[in-house]
Amino acid sequence: MERTSTGVANEKVLMWTFIGSECMLFGSLIATFLAYRDRSLVGPFEEELLNIPFITVTTFVLLMSSLMMVLALSAVQRGDRRGSGLFLLLTAVLGLIFLGGQVFEFSHFAHEGLGLGRNLFSGTFYLTTGFHGAHVAIGVIWLLTLWTLALRGRLGPEKSVKVEVAGLYWHFVDVVWIVLFTVIYLMSGAAAV
Amino acid sequence: MAIALVLGVITALEVMVFYVEALAPVLVPLLLVLSGAKFVLVVGFYMHLKYDTSLRGLFVGPLAIAAAIILAIMALYGYFL
Amino acid sequence: MGTYSGGLWSWITTVDHKRIGILYFVSSLFFFLVGGIEAMLIRLQLATPENTLLTAQAYNQLFTMHGITMLLFVVMPMSAAFFNFVVPLQIGARDVAFPRLNAFSYWLFIFGALFLNASFFFGGAPDVGWFAYANLTSSQYSPGHGVDFYILGLALAGAGSIVAALNFIVTIINLRAPGMTFMRLPLFTWMTFVVSFLIILAFPPFTISTVFLLFDRMFGTLFFEPSGGGDPRLWQHLFWIFGHPEVYILILPAFGIVSDVIPTFSKKPLFGYPVVVYSGVLIAFLGFGVWAHHMFSVGLGRIANSAFSGLTMLIAIPTGVKIFNWIATMWGGALRFKSAMLFSIGLVAMFVIGGVSGVMHSSAPADLQQTDTYFVVAHFHYVLFGGSILGLFAGVYYWFPKVTGRFLNEPLGAVHFWLMFIGMNLTFFPMHYAGLHGQPRRTFTSPAGLGFEWFNVVSTIGAVITFVAVFVFLVNFIRSLRTAPTAEANPWEASTLEWSIASPPPVHNFDRTPEVRSRDPLWHDGIVLPAAEEVFHMPNPSYWPLVTAAGLLVLMTGALVGLPLVLIGGAVAVVGIYGWSFEPIH
Repeated sequence: MERTSTGVANEKVLMWTFIGSECMLFGSLIATFLAYRDRSLVGPFEEELLNIPFITVTTFVLLMSSLMMVLALSAVQRGDRRGSGLFLLLTAVLGLIFLGGQVFEFSHFAHEGLGLGRNLFSGTFYLTTGFHGAHVAIGVIWLLTLWTLALRGRLGPEKSVKVEVAGLYWHFVDVVWIVLFTVIYLMSGAAAV
Repeated sequence: MAIALVLGVITALEVMVFYVEALAPVLVPLLLVLSGAKFVLVVGFYMHLKYDTSLRGLFVGPLAIAAAIILAIMALYGYFL
Repeated sequence: MGTYSGGLWSWITTVDHKRIGILYFVSSLFFFLVGGIEAMLIRLQLATPENTLLTAQAYNQLFTMHGITMLLFVVMPMSAAFFNFVVPLQIGARDVAFPRLNAFSYWLFIFGALFLNASFFFGGAPDVGWFAYANLTSSQYSPGHGVDFYILGLALAGAGSIVAALNFIVTIINLRAPGMTFMRLPLFTWMTFVVSFLIILAFPPFTISTVFLLFDRMFGTLFFEPSGGGDPRLWQHLFWIFGHPEVYILILPAFGIVSDVIPTFSKKPLFGYPVVVYSGVLIAFLGFGVWAHHMFSVGLGRIANSAFSGLTMLIAIPTGVKIFNWIATMWGGALRFKSAMLFSIGLVAMFVIGGVSGVMHSSAPADLQQTDTYFVVAHFHYVLFGGSILGLFAGVYYWFPKVTGRFLNEPLGAVHFWLMFIGMNLTFFPMHYAGLHGQPRRTFTSPAGLGFEWFNVVSTIGAVITFVAVFVFLVNFIRSLRTAPTAEANPWEASTLEWSIASPPPVHNFDRTPEVRSRDPLWHDGIVLPAAEEVFHMPNPSYWPLVTAAGLLVLMTGALVGLPLVLIGGAVAVVGIYGWSFEPIH
């Protein structure tokens, strides 16, 4: 690593700065979601659609993918080539399962009559969770790229900062979901209960 | 591993309190506290912010501004009145 | 130009922060002329009542594009030109933290700017104001492609700004020379740092609101559609959460420039350095809490209006502190009235006028009288022209020798300054009166006998004088580039690190990384050079940033033309990213 003023790698500072910027991106989406909550003029409404048990499972899957990411990073730092590949792949696969859940959820909602332009809930819901899903998808591609590097033995401990930065991104995407899970699913249901 | 366990347990708790009718009046603050705890765990331990003190401001500052703006928009759209 | 020789290809693939700075500067100068011509057409149209020079339609396009161009394609990139050229030199670095990302930022900016301006030739430019209020922008009320060009062009340029800002934050945090602590950073670098944070935090809300708008227009969502329960005011909130910090994005770089120029030509360290730094930070921070003062007339209610009023008034305090610090720096100094100093003093004086009328607007009842009149136009032109533009020209005269090794002609510089100073005051001062007499903004003509004909005549004369001033500058600029390179390392006897190396600087900037021992290192023996030779590698040129940016340009074009082009553009961008990631850096 080149000398830096803080002793922290440039890539890490870049990722944290980017995450700061992303806070405002998702903050705007959440603010809009909240401003428009319960203002839809026609149904289907959120309390008729949201399936809490189902989304709890996919939430848990995403949380576990963060754990896999932690294990992947420590494997890379140890120089454990087999472990690096395995845990990177597992992280990506759990991410894919989460995305699969989202695809299922979206198509189920569409089937229930919630087209994109149906009401205010449809627009805010699809765009907020869709933006998050796009972030997950990019993360999956990134992780799979790292996985192929690990398989070819090109991801030694000296390259661990690459994995660390990908990990920061991945954990942040997880954190965003923690917020969205509460704000969109549990608190929307709260109004109904 | 311990962190992951705690995260799983909190998620389970969240869903449980969601279904307990007696907790309905305090549901929203309760959920915010629980998910806040998860948030802090992931950011603090998985993302190492507990240890990387020089990076903390880069995240906490923008997060505070984003949170303040969300609260302001909520106030403007009649949440607290 | 010495180190800047080399063919076109070397400019296209450059990752050198100095060359990228020059690219930003030349591009912004071009758009300054474009935006200036738009302004001239507006002023000619308004010179006489019931004028028919422009149609209402053309007028709407021109004032919209004038605003967007001057803010996003002139002041921001010209500031970025200085960020690029000057900041690494001021902190003792050999380049920015991510040189290829830096080139990528430039390409995104220029593609976005050209894309948006191309709308003039493809069915008409956006005609909804730079703020593009919903629901005038809905597909029902804006059926043409102007608004789509606005959304997509600004998506490109905005992404470029965010990426550049991320890069500068990392550079300033991590690439400072040994001993260059934060409280020793030159003020221009400090303000670059602050502005970069404003950019990364202010642009995402704008991105989100334009995505909502795009979905409303293309996929029938209801975000800003009142008939479906949507609230057009939400656009205003999201837009001004971006738009108000954007104002500080435009002015703080100029504040940084004059905070370096005034000490140099006063031969005195900046008065109250820490206070000037903290004021800049405070202005930026408060800038996120005042957006609704642009919306007093919307009717948000007394509590909201009062809160935003109060916060807005608070901003006058750190701004006033800065003004007094500049004056105190000059006080008792050995003043030299070089062109850079004239423009800096011009900023201090003119910004006071713009700032005071700004405080007037912060009071909601007063604002209700002034909003949507020329009074507001007068206010923000004193801030943006009297502040940003004069400050940026101070930077041009100040750093021209460092960039080129040559001097801009000083007498012509003085002519430029005085013509511009007189021109801008003749243009913008009467607008206060025209506004108070009730002349509305964004109205292409008005009948005679309303009492503001003469104000408009004077404004138009002032605009012509300002235009002549720009012409004088261009002549000076081109002539000076042809003179012999005579500038030494530190022609102005300034105190900061960029003046410790040759003019123009070598590709690698510093032969040896200096160790800094004081806030004004060149004045107080504050530099220690290491005894040992250093081994370092400069990054290779790369075309991948251009390929990636071009892919995104094609993708945006595809959003107007059709899905196949979107896919092609996306594929090119992905190839670009992978080529970039696996390319050896050194």
